[in-house]
Amino acid sequence: MDTTITIKNLTKRFGKVVAVDNVSLTIEPGAFLTLLGPSGCGKTTLLRCVAGLEDPQGGEIYIGDKLVFSYDEGIALPPAQRDLGLVFQNYALWPHMTVYKNMTFALEIQKLPKAEIEKRVKESLAEVHMEGYEDRYPREMSGGQQQRIALARMLAYRPNVFLMDEPLSNLDARLRMDMRAEIKRLHRVAGATTIYVTHDQVEALTMSSSIAVMKEGVLQQLDTPDRVYHYPANLFVADFIGNPKVNLLDGTVYGYGAVNLGKFRVVADTHNAPEKVVVAVRPEDISISTQPVPEAVEFTAYSVLPSGADSTIVARLGDMEITVKVAGISKLEMDDKIWLKFNPDTLNLYDKESGKLIVSKN
Amino acid sequence: MAVPAVVQQPLSLQMLATFRRFIRWLTSAQVALALIMLVLMFYMVVIPLYRMVETTVTWQAHDLTRVPDAVVGELTIFHYVRMLTGVLGRIYMYTPLQHSMTIAIGATLLSLLIGGSLAWLVVRTDMPGRKLVNQLALIPYIMPSWTLAQAWLVLFKNRLSGGTPGVYEFLVGHSPPTWLAYGPVPIIICSALHYYTFFFLFVSAALMSIDSNLEEAGELMGASRWRILRKITFPLVMPALLSGFVMTFSKVMGTFGGPNILGTPVRYYVVATMIRGSMGVGDKADGFVLAIVLILFSVITISLNQRLVGTRKSYETIGGRGFVAQVSKLGKKKYALRNAAIIFQILVIVLPLGLLILSTVMLRDGNYSFSNLSLQHWIGARNTIYNHGEPGVLRNPKIYKTAWNSIRLSLWTAFFTALLGVLLGYAIVKGRGTRLSKLVEQLAYIPYVIPGIAFGAVYIAMFIKPLGPIPALYGTFALLVIVSVAKHIPYSSRSGVSAMMQVGRELEEAGQIAGANVWQRFRRLIFPLTSAGFVAGFLLTFITTMRELSLIILLVTPQTQVLASQTMFYIENGDGQMANVVILILISIVALANFIIGRFRGGSLKQGLGM
Repeated sequence: MDTTITIKNLTKRFGKVVAVDNVSLTIEPGAFLTLLGPSGCGKTTLLRCVAGLEDPQGGEIYIGDKLVFSYDEGIALPPAQRDLGLVFQNYALWPHMTVYKNMTFALEIQKLPKAEIEKRVKESLAEVHMEGYEDRYPREMSGGQQQRIALARMLAYRPNVFLMDEPLSNLDARLRMDMRAEIKRLHRVAGATTIYVTHDQVEALTMSSSIAVMKEGVLQQLDTPDRVYHYPANLFVADFIGNPKVNLLDGTVYGYGAVNLGKFRVVADTHNAPEKVVVAVRPEDISISTQPVPEAVEFTAYSVLPSGADSTIVARLGDMEITVKVAGISKLEMDDKIWLKFNPDTLNLYDKESGKLIVSKN
Repeated sequence: MAVPAVVQQPLSLQMLATFRRFIRWLTSAQVALALIMLVLMFYMVVIPLYRMVETTVTWQAHDLTRVPDAVVGELTIFHYVRMLTGVLGRIYMYTPLQHSMTIAIGATLLSLLIGGSLAWLVVRTDMPGRKLVNQLALIPYIMPSWTLAQAWLVLFKNRLSGGTPGVYEFLVGHSPPTWLAYGPVPIIICSALHYYTFFFLFVSAALMSIDSNLEEAGELMGASRWRILRKITFPLVMPALLSGFVMTFSKVMGTFGGPNILGTPVRYYVVATMIRGSMGVGDKADGFVLAIVLILFSVITISLNQRLVGTRKSYETIGGRGFVAQVSKLGKKKYALRNAAIIFQILVIVLPLGLLILSTVMLRDGNYSFSNLSLQHWIGARNTIYNHGEPGVLRNPKIYKTAWNSIRLSLWTAFFTALLGVLLGYAIVKGRGTRLSKLVEQLAYIPYVIPGIAFGAVYIAMFIKPLGPIPALYGTFALLVIVSVAKHIPYSSRSGVSAMMQVGRELEEAGQIAGANVWQRFRRLIFPLTSAGFVAGFLLTFITTMRELSLIILLVTPQTQVLASQTMFYIENGDGQMANVVILILISIVALANFIIGRFRGGSLKQGLGM
């Protein structure tokens, strides 16, 4: 199953609102692409355009070699001819049909032989660990079980492309963890090219092979989770990804190789940088000590928030506030004096004016 | 921004693409359906209205008797001048309009008083027996609107017409004054006792939807009870009151039965009876002028209401529920109030039915001796002395045919209305936000503002002669079905929309992904998912059609007579007792249907009203 999905200059408007704004992206065969962004950023609309549930006002979509949508040629294949399965946010299980009927509805329309239908239902239910639920109605199952059935229904179609629209957002935190693992596993076994929509950055980071971050219909960055996390393409992506949030500090370039942050200076690669910059540093990339160390800056622990596996410390120096994350439960007390040290390799510099990442390395 | 390399396509390819996009738009389920619905409503509502207006502004063949040199078909304002000015204007238009207004306003205020207080007692007090009161409150609406008028006559009629004494005269010994027996007072009372159901339903829904927390918040801040009622409760109930006002007012304006029974004997004419009178003597254009005035009046009232409520769709009211309403303690008065409420309901339900039954078992009207008791009107053989030689109702093949017509009409109407509801709901909900969907929704609203009798008049204008491919349907049974379906469109689209809203678009989209075509989606997904609403809508339309009179009175012919219109013809013929037998049969059928509704989960009168 080697299905590439190619989206070219796709634009979808609802009245005057541009939901998807000239988005182009390519999804490699077997990839797990996550569309990530805050609500209203156009990620679900983009997914629905791929599914064929929306009629865009511009652009093209290829699924494999097949041109499924082209505005300029006036082509739009109906969803069923696009060889894809879709899991809806609210599962969209038909309430008047049993699990079995829900799963065989499409297969009967395709007029598959009875034996094949039986086999697929059995296999798909086994894959989501829901054997024996054939005769249940959706309302007789918990949210997590319905979610699994929704997945099984999609698997039974045997599509080459999986589309999932925030499938885990209605589950509680614990179930969500379990299902993430299940979905990642299912994807690996099936090998289907997958587009997964979520507003949850942890979900995006944990599951995807690549992430497309969107804002107001515009694609902000398309990259691996690693690069999206460590080299966010602009201040929006930097701010959106990461918990606790990235520290964004206004500064001016000070000579060569340093940035003046007002109270102190940090060493940074200022190649290609304009004068006014924003320094971004992840909370976990700052080292902290209770003793003065060379090149460290003295702060006060304004608040200490241990949460088991790690602790978040809010440090203050005058009106400057920096969030630091350390492993384990911190022994610090509030108002303790602490010394923060920045690692030049972990700092990202952004153009203050455009908000774009300053690329200094080749 | 990088400019993508755009290769300009040849014009022919661009046109081909545009054509393909257009075809795709046109063949998408909701667009195709919306267009079909538009054509249908155009045919059922817009063209008839146009034809009616056209008739009033052109010379008709009938006018040649008055104006010999008129050219039939030429434009003229003759009918408007004739009906709106001078002595004729006063007789035909202004006096009846004044009467209609008097009755409509009077009945509306009285309904408000009755329905509002009952609603408050049921929803917001600790009165015992609230459930019973709640159930009984709906019964008067189930009975035909002119039942009470007929019962009133049995009780209060004096020697003015028919020359036989009513029950009142028999019991008290002297004849009731004419103002009590006929005219505005009894019409107002009888209409109000029928239509208070609207206020009861609207106000109790509104009261239920008010979060008591709002009122409690006021109480905590130290507001007095009266102040809370005035400043918090009343504004929240206001939209419901205005909706009830519009609904009752426009219904009473267009109602024919009551005023015909209680007003016509003393020449107290209203617009509705006047329209019938004009149509009866062949003055179609004159009748249409009256109907147009009635429609305009209705439109003005409704738009005023919407201006006041501040929303276009006030009549759909607040459907919210689930709040725990704070209950007022009535103290010792509660038993007295319960008794008053139940006695009142018995008076408006049991007493009228009892009077009707009494009148049907009296051989000669007005003779209250035991020896006069007889089942002649029910099962008597043909006898020229009674009822102009018609046999008793149960032995009368004409009545069986009429009853069958009624049932047939109601079944067909209910079926098409329910079907149309689902289709309209689909077209409107799926196309939400598009101009097409809005247009469909607005067109579907039009019949709501046209009073029943005027709507019937509209249909005469449309179907008395063929128009293009449409044959002249006047006198056919199909016409009765069409007019009844058309009048129900606003309610069916309301309930269709709310049914579709509950289905949720993903359920159908999942079907699209699964490869189901439009027909499969409707048959396997949408119809099953909306079936509860479909059944409820079906049964309720059945009931309302069974007892509908104003709408069809102008359109029935001896062949297409239904029970409702049959009673009116008996009454006008002086065979009031036969009429009462037919009313009782009609009520029995309706009561049976209502019982069946109760068996269906989720079916309620409220849903049928599109609330």
